[in-house]
Amino acid sequence: MRHQKETDTSYNPGWLAKDTGCSQKPAPQNNSLFGETPFDRKKRRTETLAKSVFLLMTLLIIFPLIAIICHLFYEALPVLSIDFLLKNPTRGMSAGGIWSALLGTIYLVMISLLVSTPIGVLAAVYLNEYARENWFTRIINLAVVNLAGVPSIVHALFGVGAFVLFAGMGRCILSASLTLAIMTLPVIIAATKEALGAVPMAFREACWNVGATRWQTIRRIVLPNSISGILTGIILQVSRAAGETAPIMFTGAVFYKAIKEGDLFAYGLFDQCMALSMHLFTISTQVPGVPKAIPYGTAVVLLGTVLLVNMLAIVLRVYLRSRKKW
Amino acid sequence: MINRHRLEMLSEAIIELVIRFCGVSAIIFVFGIFFFVFREGADFLFTKLDLVEFFTSTAWYPSSVSHKRYGVLALIAGTGSVTVLAMVIAVPFGLGTAIFVSEFSGPKLKDTFKIIIELLAAIPSVVWGFIGLTVINELIISLFNAPIGLTVLNSGIILALMSVPIIVSIGEDALKAVPDYYREAAEALGATRWQIIYRVLLPAAKNGLLAAVLLGVGRAVGETMAVLMATGHAIKIPHSVLDSVRTLTATIAAELGEAPVNSDHYKVLFLIGVLLFTITFVMNLTADLIVKGIRQK
Amino acid sequence: MQHNEKKIEIANLKVTYGGKEALKGIALDVYENEILSIIGPAQSGKTTLLKVINRTIEFIPGAKVEGVVKVDGENVMDVKSVYQLRRKIGMVFPMPVGLPLSIYDNVAFAPRAAGIRNRAELNQTVERCLRQAALWDEVKDRLDSLGTRLSGGQQQRLTIARALSHQPEILCLDEFSIAVDPVTTMRIEDVLKELRSQITIILVTNLVQQARRLGDRTAFLFNGELIEIDSNEVIFSDSPKNRMTYDYVIGNFG
Repeated sequence: MRHQKETDTSYNPGWLAKDTGCSQKPAPQNNSLFGETPFDRKKRRTETLAKSVFLLMTLLIIFPLIAIICHLFYEALPVLSIDFLLKNPTRGMSAGGIWSALLGTIYLVMISLLVSTPIGVLAAVYLNEYARENWFTRIINLAVVNLAGVPSIVHALFGVGAFVLFAGMGRCILSASLTLAIMTLPVIIAATKEALGAVPMAFREACWNVGATRWQTIRRIVLPNSISGILTGIILQVSRAAGETAPIMFTGAVFYKAIKEGDLFAYGLFDQCMALSMHLFTISTQVPGVPKAIPYGTAVVLLGTVLLVNMLAIVLRVYLRSRKKW
Repeated sequence: MINRHRLEMLSEAIIELVIRFCGVSAIIFVFGIFFFVFREGADFLFTKLDLVEFFTSTAWYPSSVSHKRYGVLALIAGTGSVTVLAMVIAVPFGLGTAIFVSEFSGPKLKDTFKIIIELLAAIPSVVWGFIGLTVINELIISLFNAPIGLTVLNSGIILALMSVPIIVSIGEDALKAVPDYYREAAEALGATRWQIIYRVLLPAAKNGLLAAVLLGVGRAVGETMAVLMATGHAIKIPHSVLDSVRTLTATIAAELGEAPVNSDHYKVLFLIGVLLFTITFVMNLTADLIVKGIRQK
Repeated sequence: MQHNEKKIEIANLKVTYGGKEALKGIALDVYENEILSIIGPAQSGKTTLLKVINRTIEFIPGAKVEGVVKVDGENVMDVKSVYQLRRKIGMVFPMPVGLPLSIYDNVAFAPRAAGIRNRAELNQTVERCLRQAALWDEVKDRLDSLGTRLSGGQQQRLTIARALSHQPEILCLDEFSIAVDPVTTMRIEDVLKELRSQITIILVTNLVQQARRLGDRTAFLFNGELIEIDSNEVIFSDSPKNRMTYDYVIGNFG
């Protein structure tokens, strides 16, 4: 039997035809075992069409986005500088920099991280290491998913009802941070659960059999080998907390607050503060006469920070995956 | 000797208690959210609120001096119109991208796209709102000669771009979950890639894809800042995509600052919060049940 | 046959999990300083029996245990610390498991978990256990390298070293030679013969010949029931008390 490639001239008839001296496409060979029929050609065409359509859809999402982001950068260029980050807004926020907002965001993110990480990690430890497969566990998992789906403005209302009013803390950094912490809890829980689940059961059994307690096993083997996943969760939490506006708008972030430039400890726990996300909202909707570059600049700083933090998470994940210990 | 063993058992029991408590915390917080939001609006709900008027009237005049009215129908229409438009755009594009990433890309391309989608998902909503306020606004004004660009169309586009990552990532998971032997069997019968997708994979993954869409809808309904900045402020039922509207979420965000604490207006805003919580809760529950449905097969 | 003190007493042991009765009422005793082999085809309940003795059956969701198991005369359910009980018993399972720690830390894991911090004492323990497991010479220059990077046979010996590191009085091995090459198997069998004078050994095995080589007595488990338990002379003779035992030993089924 002759080899398919030598006799089948129906694929790419153009170049092959030149080699063999034929200038026309030969008639389809219905009696050859692997010849292509008109039906096959139609199938191939539909295939290529489908693939192109889907590729087009994907690109139609990505390219406009890249265009928008470039546009943002372009408009923001006049103000982007170190001074923009380190100086306070002046002249009713129509000039100057974004220092007070930047510092406020850092405070909010750090405090919410300090609260949500221990609770989130331990909650995931419970779900993965201690909980049995019963309806109660199912309800907890459901609660985590629901917590993740609550609209941000409802988190804001909760923050007002629980921390500002009921707990009497008023509008302050602490109230806002606690609201953010509860909002970002599902992120840490999900990432930690995945990391814990990747540790093989055999390790735990080996530890139990030599008399280690459940917690000793978790502390010495399971958690240390889940650190990469937990860190990824923390980084994702940071990026979400930095970008949220609604939850902090009514619980502690304000329009304007004067603080000293360059002072890292300018805010107190029970002070109100400015925040990058809130600031962007304010100067693009509430303050008249702001030169175009400033809101674009703020947007770029916020977007850039969030994207950078996420890239860090991705890089970390790839790096730690290559250093697996088993 | 004896004391050390007792101590061992005791400390382990205490640690387990703490961990159990943290595990239960998610339930506590979800209930807590509902409780504290409901609490602030409760007495208005039980005393003065006319529920029929609430759900059927488009007249939202909470701060009128003479004739206060609390009809949220226009707001529901606002949320609904923006969400529907967003889904009309996001679902085909999102599923299309999910199919492309899952079935037509090699591993390197897959990784690149996944990273891009992840970064897309990370963009904060206020930045999206800003994009709607500036870029899309100008685009709409110039393309349609519209008097104002803050419209249903604007928010629809923005929300679509925000929901696509969820639809893509969960949709891709759903497609990945279809066992390889489905694909292999179809290929052995001579089907092309497109035929495999259309006739085998999509039906097999339909539960997961449905869940993906539901979660995307949930995201769109609950979004606050982007719609606050991109939809304008007209409280009326829209007649075209170039009308301005107000959503439920934007109303709370826009008016909570001005409503005096414990006034009727203030309480109604919290009740709108309860309404939003209920809608997203039901959607999440449904999506979860659908997903569990596939796992049990 | 002369017997020492009873180390383990089991009476009327019934175990159910996964909707299946794994053990249907077992009674046997294990004497001090003997090697008891347990033979039987798959799904006979051999592994379940071991898990009951050190109470790791509790980690299987839905497992129900009835009956009495006593170690050193004390009911295992009544001990003051289940962790201390588990330290008294060393366990080796079929699949070699190296913990993702250094070789040193692998062997030092159990003593550290028991509260021993003294570096000198840990050093001694690590060396002693690695020697006992016939692994010391191969790894003594790389105690810091990762335990998971050893070969299968080395990891199984590492598991044995770990099982010995908390100075158990009873050592249970469950089909330890399945994933291990014949040379390593022989070395481990030599180790067991040496250890017999110090501790009590229960050897669950699929290899009837291994049971014959090593054991003093052998128990034959089938389908959750104890068919026969006796000295090796009886079990492996032409006429053990139960016909099924003869058939299994000869190889007529299993």
